[in-house]
Amino acid sequence: MSVVSTPATLKHAAGMIDDAEARRIRNDFPILNQQVNGSPLVYLDSGATSQNPLCVLEAEQEFYEQRNAAVHRGAHMLAVSATDAFENARETVAGFINAGMDEVVWTSNATEAINLVAYAFSNASAGRGGDAASRFVLGPGDELVVTEMEHHANLIPWQELAFRTGATLRYIPVDDAGALRLDEAEQIIGPRTKVVAFTHASNVLGTINPVGTLVRLAREAGAAVVLDACQSVPHMAVDVKALDVDFAAFSGHKMLGPTGIGVLYGKAELLNAMPPFLTGGSMITTVTMEKADYLPSPQRFEAGTQRISQAVALAAAVDYLRETGMDRIHAWEAELGQRLVAGLEAIDGVRVLGPAAGAERIGLAAFDVDGVHAHDVGQFLDDKGIAVRVGHHCAQPLHRRLGLVATTRASTYLYNTTDDVDAFLDAVAGVRPFFGAN
Amino acid sequence: MSAELQQLYQQIILEHAKKRNGSPLADPPQGDKSGESHMLNPTCGDEITLRAAVHDDGAGITLSAISWDGQGCSISMASASVLSDLVQGMDREELLKVVDTFRELMRSRGSIEADEEILGDAAALSGVSRYPARVKCAMLAWVALEEALLAAN
Repeated sequence: MSVVSTPATLKHAAGMIDDAEARRIRNDFPILNQQVNGSPLVYLDSGATSQNPLCVLEAEQEFYEQRNAAVHRGAHMLAVSATDAFENARETVAGFINAGMDEVVWTSNATEAINLVAYAFSNASAGRGGDAASRFVLGPGDELVVTEMEHHANLIPWQELAFRTGATLRYIPVDDAGALRLDEAEQIIGPRTKVVAFTHASNVLGTINPVGTLVRLAREAGAAVVLDACQSVPHMAVDVKALDVDFAAFSGHKMLGPTGIGVLYGKAELLNAMPPFLTGGSMITTVTMEKADYLPSPQRFEAGTQRISQAVALAAAVDYLRETGMDRIHAWEAELGQRLVAGLEAIDGVRVLGPAAGAERIGLAAFDVDGVHAHDVGQFLDDKGIAVRVGHHCAQPLHRRLGLVATTRASTYLYNTTDDVDAFLDAVAGVRPFFGAN
Repeated sequence: MSAELQQLYQQIILEHAKKRNGSPLADPPQGDKSGESHMLNPTCGDEITLRAAVHDDGAGITLSAISWDGQGCSISMASASVLSDLVQGMDREELLKVVDTFRELMRSRGSIEADEEILGDAAALSGVSRYPARVKCAMLAWVALEEALLAAN
């Protein structure tokens, strides 16, 4: 039935990824084979959104050509086939992060996944969910803890939850190098703490946070742990059971999948005790004119027609990543990340955020160019076909803490080569001379 | 370096971005009405606070003073600088027409030739119109001036 082509990587998945291998991988991504402003595209914005290999595009097309139907209803052949594809996709993604089938909830994106958890607390605090949900009830005196390096998606839902429930929002500060102040964390996380929400890897600093330490502090306090895994799950092997987090959120489009789909991982015991967020069809058992009873997880949180083709395509992306090997991808990106930082540090007037060259970081680097606004840096690079992100990267408080408004960020993925990094570094070296910055 | 990029970042633009004519904020002339506007471009954090004062001599209303504070990219800062040079002392109605002319130029996607007679140094920003993502940067001070004039009324 499948007409999906075999990725080039499947034939070569051995040893470390090198430039030759990255170029073979790159050939699986049609969009990367184009000229921008007269130069070959150098795509260094995968931290914002990644590109799709042909097998992912084909998986979505194949679904629409051969299987499309509503899932979990209808007795016809297509409905069964679509439901199988949809649930097989869930099994694939669950396996990828070592979760159970009932612990993977489809959402629109990571932002919605985090909001789902926040609203479960909110709805429980409003009296929904009965005794089972009592552990999610918040009120004045309770505390929610985030960090100063959070993406707005893992900050604003908690701010709003605090406003709605009367709980207090606190944050773990970062030091000048952008590392979490764990000494402060030990003071901040305590008996009043109900939620500790933090990012696994920073989308700005590139740091990988010490999940184990924060989970231990949260456990001692009896707080739930919510992990923003948007920059980790696409780039390294993540085992949610080994990390022992209660919830984790990530997005499909940052891991070679389509837009419009994200994942919430939650421990089954917690998900089944939580009141729902979005309500409506497909998530109920019995409905009367007065009230409704709800299905267990994951259906409890999947109201309405689901993102079926997106789930199927995301599973194809996960297959691609697994076949390539997450440890190989992580190692290659770490190498590219070090090359980025070492190269940027060598350019006069460039300040790299986060860990210095040699220290652990994921394959991205955000930086400030003295005397040139990030928007102008990005424009200059785009003229050479180099795509980067400019602005505050949805982390205004972190930029404010570091004394900046906007920065430029280059972020790599498995399809980038050292040539990409070198072309980028060469271009950055020309920025200050072009703009006459002294 | 593409011709488009050279056109976007003409020397005169880069110079204005450094000179920042009209900055910092200044007190309005005594006796004149004044208004202030604070504008933010949330995608990149460009920010401007602009103050405009108007003088009414009975026969007509003119812009008696314009000043601003801001931070942002070279396009947004240069645009505020050329605007300050251009509109100082201008009749209010004429000024609003100039703002419309500039807006039309910015939205033209490169299809309109800038009229230097009307726009002065602001004509050098015509290259921005080929970069839709940057039009907001160029318009920031101009929209702030419109709002400040409303506030001054």
